[in-house]
Amino acid sequence: MDLSSINWLLLLASLMVAATPILLAGIGELVVERSGVLNLGVEGMMITGAISGFAISVNTGSVTLGFVSAALAGAALSLVFGLLTQFLLSNQVATGLALTLFGLGLSSLMGQGYVGIKGLNVPDLHLPLLSDIPILGPIFFQHDAMVYISILIVAGVWAMLKYTRAGLILRAVGENHDAAHALGYKVIRIRLMAIAFGGACAGLGGAYLSLVRVPQWTEGMTAGAGWIALALVVFASWKPWRVLIGAYLFGGLTVLQLNLQAAGMKIPVEYLAMSPYLITILVLVIMSSGRGRAALNAPAELGRSFHATA
Amino acid sequence: MTDLLTLEGLTKAYPGVVANDDVSFAIAPGEIHALLGENGAGKSTLVKMIYGLVKPDSGRMQLHGAPFAPAEPRAARASGVAMVFQHFSLFEALTVAENVGLGMENPPPMRELSREIREVSHAYGLPLDPRRLVGDLSAGERQRVEIVRCLLQDPKLLIMDEPTSVLTPQEVEILFATLNKLKAEGTSILYISHKLEEIRALCDGATILRRGKVVGRCDPRQSTAAELAEMMVGSALHRPDRKPAAPGDVVLQVAGLTSEHVEAFGTRLQNVGFEVHAGEVLGIGGVAGNGQDELLSAISGETLGPSETVRLRGESIGHLAPNARRVRGLLAAPEERLGHAAAPDMSLTENAVLSGWQRQDLTQQGFVFWGKARGFAETIIKSFDVRTPGPGTAARALSGGNLQKFVIGREVLQRPDVLVVNQPTWGVDAAAAAAIRQALLDLAAGGAAVIVISQDLDELLEVSDRFAALNAGYLSAPRPAEGLTMEQIGLMLGGAHDMDVAHTDEAHKIKDSYEEHRP
Repeated sequence: MDLSSINWLLLLASLMVAATPILLAGIGELVVERSGVLNLGVEGMMITGAISGFAISVNTGSVTLGFVSAALAGAALSLVFGLLTQFLLSNQVATGLALTLFGLGLSSLMGQGYVGIKGLNVPDLHLPLLSDIPILGPIFFQHDAMVYISILIVAGVWAMLKYTRAGLILRAVGENHDAAHALGYKVIRIRLMAIAFGGACAGLGGAYLSLVRVPQWTEGMTAGAGWIALALVVFASWKPWRVLIGAYLFGGLTVLQLNLQAAGMKIPVEYLAMSPYLITILVLVIMSSGRGRAALNAPAELGRSFHATA
Repeated sequence: MTDLLTLEGLTKAYPGVVANDDVSFAIAPGEIHALLGENGAGKSTLVKMIYGLVKPDSGRMQLHGAPFAPAEPRAARASGVAMVFQHFSLFEALTVAENVGLGMENPPPMRELSREIREVSHAYGLPLDPRRLVGDLSAGERQRVEIVRCLLQDPKLLIMDEPTSVLTPQEVEILFATLNKLKAEGTSILYISHKLEEIRALCDGATILRRGKVVGRCDPRQSTAAELAEMMVGSALHRPDRKPAAPGDVVLQVAGLTSEHVEAFGTRLQNVGFEVHAGEVLGIGGVAGNGQDELLSAISGETLGPSETVRLRGESIGHLAPNARRVRGLLAAPEERLGHAAAPDMSLTENAVLSGWQRQDLTQQGFVFWGKARGFAETIIKSFDVRTPGPGTAARALSGGNLQKFVIGREVLQRPDVLVVNQPTWGVDAAAAAAIRQALLDLAAGGAAVIVISQDLDELLEVSDRFAALNAGYLSAPRPAEGLTMEQIGLMLGGAHDMDVAHTDEAHKIKDSYEEHRP
């Protein structure tokens, strides 16, 4: 193995790009889970967003339209989940798993005619001055707009949860839906909005894969990114900035895995592939050995159905 | 003077039950009006209609002489109606200030709100730190959060649903001082309770509900508790008989019980120790959340500890699981009826098997004798007067009182040597509660040791031979229950929780100053 054959600068530079899909999906799922809903369909929404974004952008020639339609497709699929779990009170875990399987199937159906087509070229933003800084410039400031938009979304979610009344109500609904209902808040409406936001973010994350990262369409191209996003939310103990850190950590592992493979590393790549999950489990064990649920910060109503009784 | 709120012919029916039938009464400004009734009499449904959570099927309400029909709690709050809930409507993982803000229409910025909370809570003798997490507060403090949330909105009518069930006697006194101060300021209070003495001490008028109907109106200060009780229950109440018996040998010894690990927002037991004799009822009082659940699960075997911490007739059993303890004669009935003491969706027969299979020989080599099991369930139903179509009914379908009678009966009929019960009559109507207490007393008279953990101090004084108080995980030394006064018990319970003396004084001052101004 020859570690010197790895270009560490390039590796770091590709880290943010590699992390963006799971960052987007993760921050969306964080909002969903903060409202008390567990949507395991992230993978399905991501891949539906990936094909929708790819198809629209190829047909219209607009990357922006591609991303917008990916967000809409993700939100639409998530609202199927919302309808089933919030109004028909189906089990959230089972419905989420079904959504993933459904999304995988739907996307390969939609993508029949798009296999092998080359996607559009997404330009990198060259931020003036900043991108010219040696070393830091290529790592941080020479990426496409979605990388920065994803960071803005994280900042927005953080500010919303921490400083706004809407964020307080969202947290309250996830913490105790009966009490929120008794105070007159519309639990189901708030949760549906959170679910749709989560779906839109997952769609964007999927589209980032098919439009920027790869950029082409292959069946099952998300390859477990949705599950990493779910693990990421737990890893981050439901805190927005920790999702960012976790995404870059997990993204870094993915990039490192590819580079080590190229460098002829003898360790099977599967070890690196499983590492995000191992790290998540490890972090969970360390955190929960402390003070139980309070330390974990998990929303108290996570995964529980709400049904207003008299 | 016109009435603040009038209700005329309010009716609300649910499938199979009429919760409120033609209910009418009026509340004057500055009046503390009691709504008295048993569990299931329709009190909660009625106040939910006033608060806009439930829409009446028919009937009218008027507030300040104008028609009043709140479509949602927001509208009710805007009209000056505020409510303190029986089951706290609080968010444990949020701070006091955030909780208060959630209950307001247009809360000021957090910093401003925190200052207001501090000022208002001190002015009314209910000190609160706005930055603390609600999950870390005692039950009394949580109620303060709810009251302060209401007070900040300057209500005209404050609805209080069973506010004292979670308070120590001293805290009740402070609460009453606050309510009297509010009354002096012209706020009306609708006070819901089934505790007669409280109503007689506090309220100006009372409306009594039974099975959804108004069965009486009275001035509680002119009525005796017995008269009120009779109106509430519909018949004279049977008080449990006790046959004094000399206590036998020590059956159960608990020593050095300290919980290692507790759930979030749970309470750690601190070196708890006591002894129970055969034929004796030990009452353990305390406000919920002071370690009751942890104590029950340590005795029943749900949480295991060092073997010497629990001894049954000298044998160390602290390391044994519940089934092993059951075989040896130590049975338990936890507080939560649905989900802990009984599996909600399983039939009464199945629930009887789950607890009684060993002592009643309901299984052999892993096979269940269903016929025998059904017989056991039928015996429970018959001897404890459980009102149900039959043993095949799901536990969930029973009313609280009936299911509780079944749960207690199931354990009592297994002839335990030691029985531990937590909140045996919580949410149970008065007749069923009396029957359950009688069963516990009979069990003790038959030579078993009974431990009753309860928040209801009247109940404990009624059934126990000795009384101990559980406070923040510490258990006081048991004292003979006979001759104990409420005040002594209150002090054993830690007095006013987390409230320093200065504040108690302050509350007394408020009360005194109010009484001075009284004509």
